Amino acid sequence: MGKLRPGLVTPLLATVLVLGASACGGGTDAGASPGASQPAEKIKLTVALFSDFHFAPLYQEFKKTHPNVDIVERRAQFNDHHTNLTTQLATGSGAADVIAVEAGYIATFTPLADKFHDLHQFGLAKRQPDYLDWKWRQGLSSDGSKLLGLGTDIGGLAMCYRTDLFKKAGLPTERGEVSALWPTWEAYMEAGKKFTAAKVSGAKWFDGPGENFRAMVDQAPVGFYDQQNNLVAGTNPDVRKAWDLSVAMIQADQSAKLAAFSPPWNTGLTKGSFATIICPSWKTGSIKDAAPTTSGKWDVAAVPGGGGGNQGGTHLMAPKQGKHPKEAAELIDLLTNKDTQLKLFTDAGALPSIPALYDDPTITSFVNPFFNDAPTGKIFTDAAKALKPQHVGPKAGDVLTAFGNGLQRIEQGSQAPEEAWQQVLKDLGRIK
Amino acid sequence: MATRAPLAVTPSRPPAPRHRDRARWRHLAHRLDVKASPYAYVTPYLLLFCAFGLFPLLYTAWVSLHDWTLLSDVHTFIGLDNFTALLGDDYFWNATFNTLSIGVLSTAPQLALAIWLAHLLNRPLRAQTIFRVTLLLPNVTSVVAVVVIFSQLFGRDFGLINWVLSWFGVGTIDWNAGTASSHVAISVMIMWRWTGYNALIFLAAMQAVPRELYEAATIDGATGFTQLRKITIPMIRPTVVFVVITSTIGAMQVLAEPLLFGVYSLTGGPDRQYQTLSLFIYENFTKLDFGYASAISWMMFVFIVVAAGVNYLLTRRARGSLT
Repeated sequence: MGKLRPGLVTPLLATVLVLGASACGGGTDAGASPGASQPAEKIKLTVALFSDFHFAPLYQEFKKTHPNVDIVERRAQFNDHHTNLTTQLATGSGAADVIAVEAGYIATFTPLADKFHDLHQFGLAKRQPDYLDWKWRQGLSSDGSKLLGLGTDIGGLAMCYRTDLFKKAGLPTERGEVSALWPTWEAYMEAGKKFTAAKVSGAKWFDGPGENFRAMVDQAPVGFYDQQNNLVAGTNPDVRKAWDLSVAMIQADQSAKLAAFSPPWNTGLTKGSFATIICPSWKTGSIKDAAPTTSGKWDVAAVPGGGGGNQGGTHLMAPKQGKHPKEAAELIDLLTNKDTQLKLFTDAGALPSIPALYDDPTITSFVNPFFNDAPTGKIFTDAAKALKPQHVGPKAGDVLTAFGNGLQRIEQGSQAPEEAWQQVLKDLGRIK
Repeated sequence: MATRAPLAVTPSRPPAPRHRDRARWRHLAHRLDVKASPYAYVTPYLLLFCAFGLFPLLYTAWVSLHDWTLLSDVHTFIGLDNFTALLGDDYFWNATFNTLSIGVLSTAPQLALAIWLAHLLNRPLRAQTIFRVTLLLPNVTSVVAVVVIFSQLFGRDFGLINWVLSWFGVGTIDWNAGTASSHVAISVMIMWRWTGYNALIFLAAMQAVPRELYEAATIDGATGFTQLRKITIPMIRPTVVFVVITSTIGAMQVLAEPLLFGVYSLTGGPDRQYQTLSLFIYENFTKLDFGYASAISWMMFVFIVVAAGVNYLLTRRARGSLT
């Protein structure tokens, strides 16, 4: 409850928010000079991220070749980060020199080609042969003529599970046998029924329905949007199928009703409130960070539905407001190159978007001690090879929120499934 | 400038002819000083108010008449279409209801509690300053910290409040899920932050009430509660009006509590069960629909003016008489 003086009640949220958002953005660079080519001149590059990307040692490496460059990293909460970027682009100031854009938002920004530096101008076209073709194309402008972003990681899917809870429920614990439990999502639900029947105290089958729903949709050939960016979520039978299956799982009392990344979810991870959780490769890092005390209780099995599916992954882009595009492009090059991606997989679980690395022995032989020495290198590179990319539309994030809210309404008992579906359709109609 | 005024009116020396011009100039300067300088003094405030108060207000009104999307350079004038759409929008009325409900749930008990606390402190006490500072402590805590802690207290599975309730055989309450329960939870957070602050304002007003009134009342045998009701509250009525109005305005603008309670759910829960008007505006801003969001902002402004007016009339009618 903000108490404003009555005389100043009028500064409406409009400006407050705009000013606030750009103020949060902060200044770009202090000693900006257009002729930054002289190597001696001190310049500052800002890098804006939405979580810890484990970039810090790489900045040091960049400084070795660019002693005149200071790098400042700033982080914001996921949604705020992308909203800030939008505001900064619209108001023309405050954007960082290098900015991370997540897969759910990339299609929002690539149509705005004139707001970003074309990385072709700085010779980064040479990186094309490195990349997965679909990941490369996600970073192109809508007409394909400009290179706006280079990919960091992708989100190949697996299913993480708690061996201790599986054991209590009398389910197999060895990862090969566990993978064999669920060739399909229907089989996953059946396995969940066995788990629920065993009445393991305080534990449900999965954390919440939203993330599983998202994974099922991600695995379909077409998701929320068709290739022409038409919103087809309400009519796509694959989406409806994922919805119905999610509803069935809720009705079978398999959900722990925890929203991903909320504080109760963190607590639930630590206390073992759920036995399985959908795991894009980067989430192995999140689980380790959120519940360090559960080391050794986890393992990783194949995702139901037969591989495929991408969840998340990021691009690095250079907004045109940045005064040092050459250095920014060089930094992006370093932060996305082969050596970096290899290192970030072992450090942070970020699955490379450079397919040559999928056969690199460092990755294929990598085992993750936190997950009971699961060969996550092999599991995730297999998932990446099986991955069939899906076209991501411009408002995919808002669409997902509408569906997630609908499932939660059923879960909390405030609406019947069909009523919730109707409201989702109504919400989709509001997305412009 | 002000120091020149007495000089100008010094009548002791008859003005010599060659001084006549100077005297006239002085006279003029004096008049200018009296008439114009007050305006000069308030100018800085007015400039700031125009820049940060009036201009945004008018500009928002202008934006609300357009189909205005942040990333597009084309803004089509659509007249009152945004307002028409808004009045037919269920989510808007839902947010209005939530705002009123949370406002009443948080403000009414809060003010009663604040008056009671102030009344308790309005007497000779040991370590008075400590008590008064303690009252203000919740208010200087960051709102984020307050909401994070309270969200944990109101947690469904591992929350302290559900744990205590379980001693009395009350089943697990999912505070976040229900409309009423989430409103109660959010109201408690608001009360926690603002009760002490309001109590201090009341206390300041109470100290200006003449002691003799209480002495006389005590001699007449009035109890503490009667004194509070018959003397204190009527005597501090202007302060009550002020606090009621500022609290109402604050309640209309609740944003951080529901936003953080829902862990950045811009819809205020999956069923929009605790989406307030501010949060509804924020949701539409993040969708970059500035025209619609501005229309909501203006409606909210109208609501605040109406609510403040109604409050003023009600509290004025409820004036007590000290005869």
